[in-house]
Amino acid sequence: MVIELRQFHQTFFDESLEGLANMESSLLRLESHPDSNALDVREMLNAIFRVVHSIKGGSGTFGFGWIADFSHLLEGLLDDLREGRRTPDKPILDLLLRSVDCLRSLLDAARTNGTVDKRPVEEVTLALEDLRRTSAEGEPLETTEKVIVSATGWRIVFRPTAGIFRSGNDPLRIMRELKRLGEMKVRCDFQALPAWREFDPESCYLGWTIELQGDISRPAIDEVFAWVIDDALLEISPIAASVKVAQGEASAEASTGGVKLHGTSLRIATHKVDTLMDVVGELVITHTMLRQTATHFTSEDLPQLFAGLSLLERNVRELQESVMSIRLLPISFMFSRLPRLVRDIGEQLGKRVELRLGGEQTELDKTVIERISDPILHMVRNSLDHGIESPEERRAAGKPEMGYIRLEAKQKGGNVIIEIEDDGRGLPYDKILERAMSTGAVAPNTRLTPEQLNEIIFLPGISTSESVTDLSGRGVGLDVVRNNVRGLGGNVEVSSRPGHGTRFVMRLPLTLAILDGLGLQVGAQTYILPLVSITESVRLGLEDIQRLPGGGEVFAMRKDYLPLVRLHHIFGIKPRSEDVSQGTVVVIEADGSRAGLFVDEILGQQQVVIKSLETHYRRIDGIAAATILGDGTVALILDAGGLIRLAHVNANPPVAVYDTTATDSASGTTLH
Amino acid sequence: MATILTVDDTATMRQMISFTLGSVGHQVIEATDGAEALEIARGRKFDLVIADVNMPNMDGISLVKNLRTLPDYRFTPILILTTESQDKKRQEGRTAGATGWIVKPFNPEQLLTVVKKVLG
Repeated sequence: MVIELRQFHQTFFDESLEGLANMESSLLRLESHPDSNALDVREMLNAIFRVVHSIKGGSGTFGFGWIADFSHLLEGLLDDLREGRRTPDKPILDLLLRSVDCLRSLLDAARTNGTVDKRPVEEVTLALEDLRRTSAEGEPLETTEKVIVSATGWRIVFRPTAGIFRSGNDPLRIMRELKRLGEMKVRCDFQALPAWREFDPESCYLGWTIELQGDISRPAIDEVFAWVIDDALLEISPIAASVKVAQGEASAEASTGGVKLHGTSLRIATHKVDTLMDVVGELVITHTMLRQTATHFTSEDLPQLFAGLSLLERNVRELQESVMSIRLLPISFMFSRLPRLVRDIGEQLGKRVELRLGGEQTELDKTVIERISDPILHMVRNSLDHGIESPEERRAAGKPEMGYIRLEAKQKGGNVIIEIEDDGRGLPYDKILERAMSTGAVAPNTRLTPEQLNEIIFLPGISTSESVTDLSGRGVGLDVVRNNVRGLGGNVEVSSRPGHGTRFVMRLPLTLAILDGLGLQVGAQTYILPLVSITESVRLGLEDIQRLPGGGEVFAMRKDYLPLVRLHHIFGIKPRSEDVSQGTVVVIEADGSRAGLFVDEILGQQQVVIKSLETHYRRIDGIAAATILGDGTVALILDAGGLIRLAHVNANPPVAVYDTTATDSASGTTLH
Repeated sequence: MATILTVDDTATMRQMISFTLGSVGHQVIEATDGAEALEIARGRKFDLVIADVNMPNMDGISLVKNLRTLPDYRFTPILILTTESQDKKRQEGRTAGATGWIVKPFNPEQLLTVVKKVLG
């Protein structure tokens, strides 16, 4: 039987990368807390050793020779560290951190069958070899040449100790194996058998003299006895004089594997799968019950039918929850990349920064975590580069030299909130405004409220303006960050106090698969509006609506005027009535702006499963996705942000978004 | 077929051992460290235990020592997983009462050979 090793590759890669991430954070902790308690240090070093040891074992098994060699070398150094032969000082920790990077790139290359940037790996390899050479107690060199003796017959005297059974070994097994090697003649030696009364059935009293015939090599015999060599008296000698001497065989060179792996995998805690199984089990029971009810159905069975249906509903909800929980991962998967980044960039910029992480166990959908990783990294990089000042500057401003960047995740209803805050110099509002005016995004001499200023930095071409350093200037601005987050159905907002710091708040959906929405009826169509984007609904009379010169309509909502969006206009369908007083206006909010959606009727709240429209059709402005309703019809899921943008485009030229004539300007800030 | 307890802190190794031994009909139970293995072993009797050496909580050597104190496991074959560079560990394992060892890296065929050898 051949067992395909490739099927275990994904587990190996996942596990190795996870181990490396842990190793990295342990190394960083060792670096930042050099005075940790010796026991903790030892435990950390042991854990690091195990990571490398496992990678070595796995890569050896799967034939990733380079990884195995590299991790073997690294393991040597780690063994010295945990045995106290070396101390984990700064140069060593640096080298270990670089080794983590090397292993990552080697693993990645093995996974994608791609190439590795050899230079860093070779540099680290040389450094590790150097250390090994200067090792306090160098291990004796392994002998590469072994003498193999072979003969046509062997005489073996085998006298196990009395306690051999207690190691789980059995002389019978040894006889069985010897018999496989050649023809065997055995003589039993029972001289050591005690008197009956002293006989202990758990001890071994017998010995054997064995004559083994055939062209058998000595190592083959040694291997049979390898496990019991300390539990026996053993003499092995050739019978015939025909003795050959040979060189050790070169072991086959392991090559880096020829694997191509696509897609990602998920490691799931066993208890989550168990829960899933339980729920499925209950579902089967409910099905059986409903089936029985249906077979001989009379009107008297109606209560039973309803009971069955409500049970079914509960089962389905539980099933949904447990499947969703499988896709959820703690955000520490993402946060764990940050300490290293903050350390490296901080060092590079000569800034002293403390990273404070909170809520690392908050769980999020795997896809969400993957897609917000880059935006978060970008924002942290921004904070390091532009937010946190140099130690001198901070001292001059009366702040502690060590700045901080704080990331905190928490769950709030169906959302996860991630806050990224620093105590740096804050957003340079004057420069942002200047920039916005020069690009034409804002009309000259406009007075803006702080909220509007905070919105401006998310416009294209604003935040990228001065971030042309090699750190944060990767051509990605906050506009891209916001687009990524919006693409996930979330949002990001910023607030800042000059001289005191900046805070980004990111709101993300817990999962991408299911949405709480409100059903809306327009003509014959049903639309779903995500609950998160709804603030309230109002009934309006004709007299509440004011027409704008550009053709748009607005209505008064307390102190503000909100644009009115007639859904039937946007989607070109026939409503039940054009009269505003005959329908309902739902006030939606996204990205700090609001608008009213005029619909015929509100149908009620429901959970829907999101189906991508783009993969089946194409992207449509104002539509986020589609779903299938209980009766089998397709309903479109509205994109509140998109609708508000459409409303503004229809009502005004884009520049007027920040024209504050219509709003209360008492809180406006004049910046020019 | 035999019931086998495999103890390893890496999922890769557990998966490979389980799958390999499972594919020839053995029933394999997995444990992630020595402490968990000991707990499982207290509840039922296995025909063979295969344990890694380097593990958190309780390493393979301590597991062997502890298992040997249980009446059910006085003569049970216990194999430890070591690497070629761990001569010392092999010795420690033997002293602790391990039956033998499997040298890492190994492939599924090698594992099957050793297991067959031990189970007879």
